[in-house]
Amino acid sequence: MQALSIKNLKKTYRNGFVALKGLDLNVESGDFFALLGPNGAGKSTAIGIISSLVTKTSGSVSIFGHDLDKQRTQAKMNIGLVPQEINFNQFETVRNIVINQAGYYGIPRKEAKRRADHCIKQMDLWDKRDSVSRRLSGGMKRRVMIARAMVHSPKLLILDEPTAGVDIEIRRAMWEMMEMANQQGTTIILTTHYLEEAESLCRNIAIINQGEIVENSDMQSLLAKINMQYFMLNLSEPVKQAPQVHGYQMEMLEPSVLNVGVPKEKGLNPLFHQLSEQGIKVHSLKNKSNRLEQLFLDIVQ
Amino acid sequence: MNFFIPFWTILTKEIRRFTRIWPQTLLPPAITTSLYFLIFGKLIGDRIGLINGVSYMDYIVPGVILMSVISHSYANVVSSFYSTKFQRHIEELLVAPVPNFVILSGYVGGGVARGVLVGTVVALISTLFAKIQVQNWMVAMSVFFLTAILFALAGFINAVFADSFDDISIIPNFILTPLSYLGGVFYSVSMLPDIWQTISLGNPILYMINAFRFGLIGVSDIDVIMAFSITGGFIVFLTLLSLLLLYKGVGIKN
Repeated sequence: MQALSIKNLKKTYRNGFVALKGLDLNVESGDFFALLGPNGAGKSTAIGIISSLVTKTSGSVSIFGHDLDKQRTQAKMNIGLVPQEINFNQFETVRNIVINQAGYYGIPRKEAKRRADHCIKQMDLWDKRDSVSRRLSGGMKRRVMIARAMVHSPKLLILDEPTAGVDIEIRRAMWEMMEMANQQGTTIILTTHYLEEAESLCRNIAIINQGEIVENSDMQSLLAKINMQYFMLNLSEPVKQAPQVHGYQMEMLEPSVLNVGVPKEKGLNPLFHQLSEQGIKVHSLKNKSNRLEQLFLDIVQ
Repeated sequence: MNFFIPFWTILTKEIRRFTRIWPQTLLPPAITTSLYFLIFGKLIGDRIGLINGVSYMDYIVPGVILMSVISHSYANVVSSFYSTKFQRHIEELLVAPVPNFVILSGYVGGGVARGVLVGTVVALISTLFAKIQVQNWMVAMSVFFLTAILFALAGFINAVFADSFDDISIIPNFILTPLSYLGGVFYSVSMLPDIWQTISLGNPILYMINAFRFGLIGVSDIDVIMAFSITGGFIVFLTLLSLLLLYKGVGIKN
């Protein structure tokens, strides 16, 4: 079963800007899916159309087999959205925001309260349930939006840069929440600029650039396309110039720091062997760049 | 899906909003209208004598009540729905399976609730100054509610088009208030020169105030059937326009 099926989706804004040029995308039920792309690539427009915040120019969107135009209510019942920017009533209490959202999905008041309390507790906001939302910290506001998106138990949860600008502790808590929701059967679509986040959480990935899908595969296959990894070597003793090592790209950043390009088929052992022969001792090393980040830049540039 | 629950959710949210800020929403009309009744009705009215066979105080009561209904049903929807757009929590409704007619009914219902509540407060205050025997409850209550619905719809359309807080105060200040004052709240149009009587007939508020006055004290400058037709016509037109604007996503969708 496909959680999301997008066919030939196009969007041209009134000012003539073409945001989507005919997007095709499928996300399987139960997936943890990354939708990546540079700013202005069309990610937010696509999410806006899926969640009915943006009017499409043409094309079709189905959620769990329900066409968004023809079976609007059924399609919408299955979606929960955590938008990029804060969009709740800043003068309302946390509990009322979540209860009202349940009401918009037709959930009776008593049941809405029970569900809202459950989601608020899950998001660790119970102590703040009666606080007016504008008094919350940025991280708490994001958790309110997640609690609100989860209150009607959607089968597809779309999170548009949920961890942007939040500290690492809250980010980790959000990762745990997303993983838990996914393990319980919720399909998750995540957009993020933190590519290590996508790499560690998501099983499948699509990269969108200039309104088109330029890459769509599973994460492992995509990462396997990397031919070269870069490492920084800290040397025990400084060198005067970068040593010549056959089969590796070598650059001296500082007298005791080398930047080395390691081809996938060669690995690190021959490198250490050749360095050792030249009397160069490596004290420590670290992977210079995130693998997905490197691929992402190759694809979109 | 049961659409009554989302409707009720929006309506109760709206009612909670204006009752929570009652010093801004309910208290000012109580004070202002008390001053109207005291100054215009009592102090000046005693020197004016009878208008169309009734005391000046009795004559102005229906207009003052209805003016409060008009301004508050309008103000509630225009400020609330604009704020919903401005803070972007309209997206909560757009993401959810809430049909447009439910969104419209919820907000208009909130405006009607405030208009009716303020109108009732003003009517209760009027009993301190005038002893009115209601002549036709049916007409009075119908006009009372229909006027609240009409101006709540108008406030909704204003909010849809508004791009700034200035935009939500221009129409109330420069159109609604002058039309209300010129709608015969404090005078009978028969007192005006012929040309101004004719011009006044182009003011829809004149019809509602006179129909309400007919219901309360049995006096009217215009035909009551005509007043109901005009009010009903406006309600149908504004409802269809509001639904069209929501369908097209004007002001709320990209």
